[in-house]
Amino acid sequence: MYQFNYHKPASLDEAVALFREADDPMYLSGGMTLLATMKQRLAAPTDLIDLAGIAEMTGVQVNADAVRVGAFTTHNVVAGSAEIQQALPVLSQLAGLIGDNQVRNRGTIGGSVANSDPSADYPAAVVGLGGTVHTQQRSISGDEFFQDLFETALQPGEIITHIDFPIPKRAAYRKFPNPASRYAVVGVLIADFGGSVRVGVTGAGPCAFRASGIEEVLNEHLDPSAINGVEVPDAGFNNDLHASAEYRAHLVKVMARRALSDLLKT
Amino acid sequence: MSEALEDTGETGIGAPVRRREDLRFITGNGNYTDDLNQPGQLYAVFCRSPYPRARIDGIDCDDALAVPGVVAVYTGQQMVDDGIGDLPCGWMVKSKDGADMLSSPHPPMAATVANYVGEPYALVVAESLQAAKQGAESVYADFTELHVVVDLATATASDEIYEGIPNNLAYTWALGDEDATRMAFAKAAHVTTMDLTNNRLIPNAIEPRACLGMFESATGDYTLYTTSQNPGLERLVLSAFVQVAPEHKLRIVAPDVGGGFGSKIFIYAEETAVIWAAAKANRPIKWVAERSESFLADAHGRDHITHAELAMDEMGRFTGLKVQTTANLGAYLSTFGSSVPTYLYGTLLAGQYKTPNIYVEVQGAYTNTAPVDAYRGAGRPEATYVVERIVEQAARELGKDPADLRRMNMIQPEEFPYETPVALVYDTGNYEASLDKALDIIDYAGFEARRAAAAEQGKRRGIGFACYIEACGLAPSKLAIELGAGVGLYESGEIRVNPTGSVSVFTGSHSHGQGHETTFAQVVSDKLGINYDDIDIIHGDTGRMDFGLGTYGSRSLAVGGSALVAAADKLIEKGKKIAAHMMQATPEQVTFEDGQFTLQDSNQSMSIQEVAFASYVPADYPEDLEPGFAEKAFYDPNNFTYPAGTHIAEVEVDIETGVVSLEDFVAVDDFGHIINPLIVHGQVHGGVAQGAGQAIMEHGIYDEYGQLQTGSMMDYTMPRADDLPDFKVDTTVTPCTHNPLGVKGCGEAGAIGSPAAIMNAITHALGIKDISMPATPEKVWRAIGGNS
Repeated sequence: MYQFNYHKPASLDEAVALFREADDPMYLSGGMTLLATMKQRLAAPTDLIDLAGIAEMTGVQVNADAVRVGAFTTHNVVAGSAEIQQALPVLSQLAGLIGDNQVRNRGTIGGSVANSDPSADYPAAVVGLGGTVHTQQRSISGDEFFQDLFETALQPGEIITHIDFPIPKRAAYRKFPNPASRYAVVGVLIADFGGSVRVGVTGAGPCAFRASGIEEVLNEHLDPSAINGVEVPDAGFNNDLHASAEYRAHLVKVMARRALSDLLKT
Repeated sequence: MSEALEDTGETGIGAPVRRREDLRFITGNGNYTDDLNQPGQLYAVFCRSPYPRARIDGIDCDDALAVPGVVAVYTGQQMVDDGIGDLPCGWMVKSKDGADMLSSPHPPMAATVANYVGEPYALVVAESLQAAKQGAESVYADFTELHVVVDLATATASDEIYEGIPNNLAYTWALGDEDATRMAFAKAAHVTTMDLTNNRLIPNAIEPRACLGMFESATGDYTLYTTSQNPGLERLVLSAFVQVAPEHKLRIVAPDVGGGFGSKIFIYAEETAVIWAAAKANRPIKWVAERSESFLADAHGRDHITHAELAMDEMGRFTGLKVQTTANLGAYLSTFGSSVPTYLYGTLLAGQYKTPNIYVEVQGAYTNTAPVDAYRGAGRPEATYVVERIVEQAARELGKDPADLRRMNMIQPEEFPYETPVALVYDTGNYEASLDKALDIIDYAGFEARRAAAAEQGKRRGIGFACYIEACGLAPSKLAIELGAGVGLYESGEIRVNPTGSVSVFTGSHSHGQGHETTFAQVVSDKLGINYDDIDIIHGDTGRMDFGLGTYGSRSLAVGGSALVAAADKLIEKGKKIAAHMMQATPEQVTFEDGQFTLQDSNQSMSIQEVAFASYVPADYPEDLEPGFAEKAFYDPNNFTYPAGTHIAEVEVDIETGVVSLEDFVAVDDFGHIINPLIVHGQVHGGVAQGAGQAIMEHGIYDEYGQLQTGSMMDYTMPRADDLPDFKVDTTVTPCTHNPLGVKGCGEAGAIGSPAAIMNAITHALGIKDISMPATPEKVWRAIGGNS
């Protein structure tokens, strides 16, 4: 790890001001990716601005239509929240599949979403549920948030404050974990909003996306076998030691069928 | 079976005593090398080659030396200039034409050429770890990249890596009667052939390698704390061969060590450079590997390509076995790298069977990859994999039940001692007993019903066997030296009964997770009738105990434990003389049992503690006897031990995804007598987990350019508890005939039998002849057609 200046602001304004003043700053949320990268000397921010002290980034609120999760909420809080389990169980289930217990105790939803790791779980929920990402200055539609490998719609200095997830009629998430890291090789979240179906996919491509081909057929027939005939193009899909692009495309369909089977049982 | 083994409060031989060392380990109170610190200590970071093969045209250290806190930068060339020798390979293997193996030069740190990614070429020492890292980043080596040899299959047809080593071959070794085997094949009614790969593994002990080197200029004494499985051997090699320090001036301490699995047997560059540098800097120096360094620079395991043929007569009796293997040695011959794919492999190809003709040829090939050496099982898992895969395939081709085909070819109990065609003499065994018990536990008769139930869930279920044998208890010294070993393979032990009656036991074995502090105390307690809690086991410090050879090859109990029995016997003999004198009798009239020296036909007796006290306060004492009550022994086995057993695996394959799930695993092992069944079970569990890792998950992969692709836990899949079923572990017993405890060793069996059993189960489930290890999801999915 290279040397850096550490800051722990108490408010969003203070955090943004620190960011603007520093040479090469980075925000620190749970640090589950950033700290490991810094330890390997692959990231070298001059200033690390810890978001842990900002009260307005925490907390879970549930109303009739949506679940609002503060960006600094850890995965284990989401996994264990009785309110979320009641209103949006798929989100709790998804959070419970992230990493291991240590990671879930430190990692945050805002950090995960802001990083746009192609194999992170939360992006499937943001996209699949049609969530809205709120920052200190604006709201960004989940469909537009993830732009590429580790690239999002966030501008420099912008901080995710909370994320809103619309509550579907029912939803399910299936993940094919990388056997080594347990990140998603492919993860598919299907949400039925009663008349329209959204399918969010993580792991397969450079960033999370909606599987429009699968959505189309499911809007016609909400049946796993409907997915069989869908062509999932693998152009641009990730291709690594653990899964080729072709296999990932296949897994998108398998995970989608399984998620849908789960969904239909709820 | 696998129900919990309850601690009964008994502490003698056979009792499932809970490991006394575990409390300190699981409460963070272990004393590992990284826990040790010295005043004024410096921190070391190695500069490692980013290229798989590159000439070093120069090294610029100026910027590094300018980093605040950096004290010195030492290069590989400086070590050579200082007269530090090559890291030697301890086993001379000869080619089949009688020529000595061809060793590549192996300076501790690369001096003129680096030959694998991660090979160290310079060492930066600094006042802090941060400064050392900064310094290491500021060392600029002028590299010229050279052509590389990475792929094992084409290594022997590639350009030479080393001048004078044609075809990149260290040796072409052979064992067995080639002509007789050829004739057996000419007469065969059926021949089964298999082309097999044994995947490269990266050991990943939980504690990375580490060392702390110190030099005292006033006395010239060197002390090296290091993560070693064999500090005695390490001292010998560093003094006699590498010439870092004279043997009597070098003390090596291997304190608590967090696992080795073979990877900490070897004498590595890092500790060699650190102890040398500690004298040059005249400051203590500590180095602790980061996990990424472990991946790159710990010796790897396995990595074979094999073509095998099994000849049978019309009944299915094995008449001949031909094996042609190319073994990857990596860029250098590591400490025992030459012996693993030869004497620890070819000699095991008879397995449990009466195959009369066997011929094996092994090409040991250099590649620009990390050195390959012993890893849990070391040669024997590779041999078992060949034998048990081809036997299972033969049964399928012949339409025979794989258990029946094995049974019909097994060496029978009355045929021991049995001399194999590949140079071993098995002393004892009862292979069918283990097979029968394993079939019973797995409920073999119920398999088809389980298979049908799985099919209803869209899963394909398969069952696979491995009836393995291993040669353990390394090793009879005379035989080992005749075969090329550079050292004997006996073990030392010493028992000191202190004046107060407590006991300090010293062993040349080393425990890095095996539980010696418990089992060895059980043995001594049982032999001397002294309370288990009064006995302390001390190991891992060349300053405290005699020269010993350490722990690997499932040898500790069979060899090291036997040395303690021999020392205990000497104590008892001396005790009889003391007791006889004090009870005014002759030693022949004194018997010893349960800690009491008793005068025959009398009610007179003395406890061993009383005798010990008398020996240290010799007021009334035999004139011709030395005071004191301590004895040492060196035990040299007169044969290997031959643990054997049957492992049966059941797997289910998800045909949509290709995911293999290990559903059930039975291990029935014959380890001879058992000192502590709880520890034996633990060893089997750990070994099977590693074998399952090899079969389904683990794979050390270099890309075509020689870069390690699986250099972290993010990409190298280690098995986890939730990947594994509850293992069903049981034993049968035929006591070893040639050591005093009747023990055979249990440390490696789990890793030896399980890969073949699991792969047989997977190929059975899929209805295919072979799929290479590890059977990862995409590979399996493609093997079954890759359908959506």
